Amino acid sequence: MHEMSVTMSLMDLVLDEAAKAGASKIVGVNIVLGEMTGIIDHYVQANFELLSQNTPAEGAALTFKNIPRQARCRGCAHVFRPTDLAWSCPRCQSLEIEITGGNELYVESIEVE
Amino acid sequence: MEIKVLKDILNANSQIAEQNRKLLTGKRIMAINLMSSPGSGKTTLIMRTVEKLEDKARIAVIEGDVSSSIDAEKLSQAGVTAIQINTGGGCHLDASMVNSALANLPLDDIDILFIENVGNLICPGGFDLGEYVRVVILSTPEGDDKPHKYPLLFSQAHALVVNKTDLLPHVAFDMEAFARVFQGLNQQAALFQVSGVTGEGIEEWAKWVTANLQKLRAQNS
Ligand SMILES: Nc1nc2c(ncn2[C@@H]2O[C@H](COP(=O)(O)OP(=O)(O)OP(=O)(O)O)[C@@H](O)[C@H]2O)c(=O)[nH]1
Ligand SMILES: [Mg+2]
Ligand SMILES: [Zn+2]
Repeated sequence: MHEMSVTMSLMDLVLDEAAKAGASKIVGVNIVLGEMTGIIDHYVQANFELLSQNTPAEGAALTFKNIPRQARCRGCAHVFRPTDLAWSCPRCQSLEIEITGGNELYVESIEVE
Repeated sequence: MEIKVLKDILNANSQIAEQNRKLLTGKRIMAINLMSSPGSGKTTLIMRTVEKLEDKARIAVIEGDVSSSIDAEKLSQAGVTAIQINTGGGCHLDASMVNSALANLPLDDIDILFIENVGNLICPGGFDLGEYVRVVILSTPEGDDKPHKYPLLFSQAHALVVNKTDLLPHVAFDMEAFARVFQGLNQQAALFQVSGVTGEGIEEWAKWVTANLQKLRAQNS
């Protein structure tokens, strides 16, 4: 997985946003992370601690809102959580489904001083 | 103080990808981001496509590889303009790598650009490269259950190529079951069955490739 390159992008993004706001210190970062991205939050956390040393983001607390995968049946509109093995609708067994959640990878907000 | 951000973490990559896309479509180059597991047949499919379209289109290749340059050498020996990107252990290509590679390609002499991504079914999915179409290859020995395991890549593909159909008698790959599941997940994508060994199905696939080139040209004339 590519947690390191994701964390580098994350660092750039939060430093940029903080600078735009004229903030000198970032104390928290709120991240929304979808299950299907395959990104593991504690690796991002560990990389962030490393990369943020001697930057305004040093010591910032990362908070992850983990979003499970979610799908919607195109047949009966039932919303469900698919598993690795079953991507058919549990209500009507249709295979015609649309992914509606679990793809997220964004910064919702940052906490600055 | 809390500041709302609501920005994609890979936003910077997407912006560079957009630059690549502008550059490529401006030059009327149809770029294909080719993704699969290691060894599914990306390089082979590119070679077969080059053979098929030799007289019809000028094809170049960007080869993404973790470390070696074997694939790029193979293509160069076959007379294809190929450029190697070593990701240095990275599990996917990103838009800035492709951007640097584009600076080293004769863009005025290219109609179709294949970008062979690093062999991986998860990581390349999040990184837009600026391609015109995304193509996923699945080879029959990998099994027909892959769309469930890697739903993102499969749901976002413009075409799915099932490769190594010559091995169907020897492997447990249920083509019908696969097509049902895949098309349930992705209603837009074209589905091809090919063999890089026998050449089966390459004709139809190559037609789809040229149709996309025509479409891009019509949009950018
Ligand atoms: N039987 C069979 N073998 C194939 C077919 N296509 C490719 N191969 C073989 O599969 C192996 C891998 O093919 P490549 O084209 O190098 O696959 P790749 O996806 O480019 O591999 P990486 O770049 O290493 O990820 C080679 O030994 C090919 O000869 C096919 O249709 N049938
Ligand atoms: Mg290859
Ligand atoms: Zn249903």
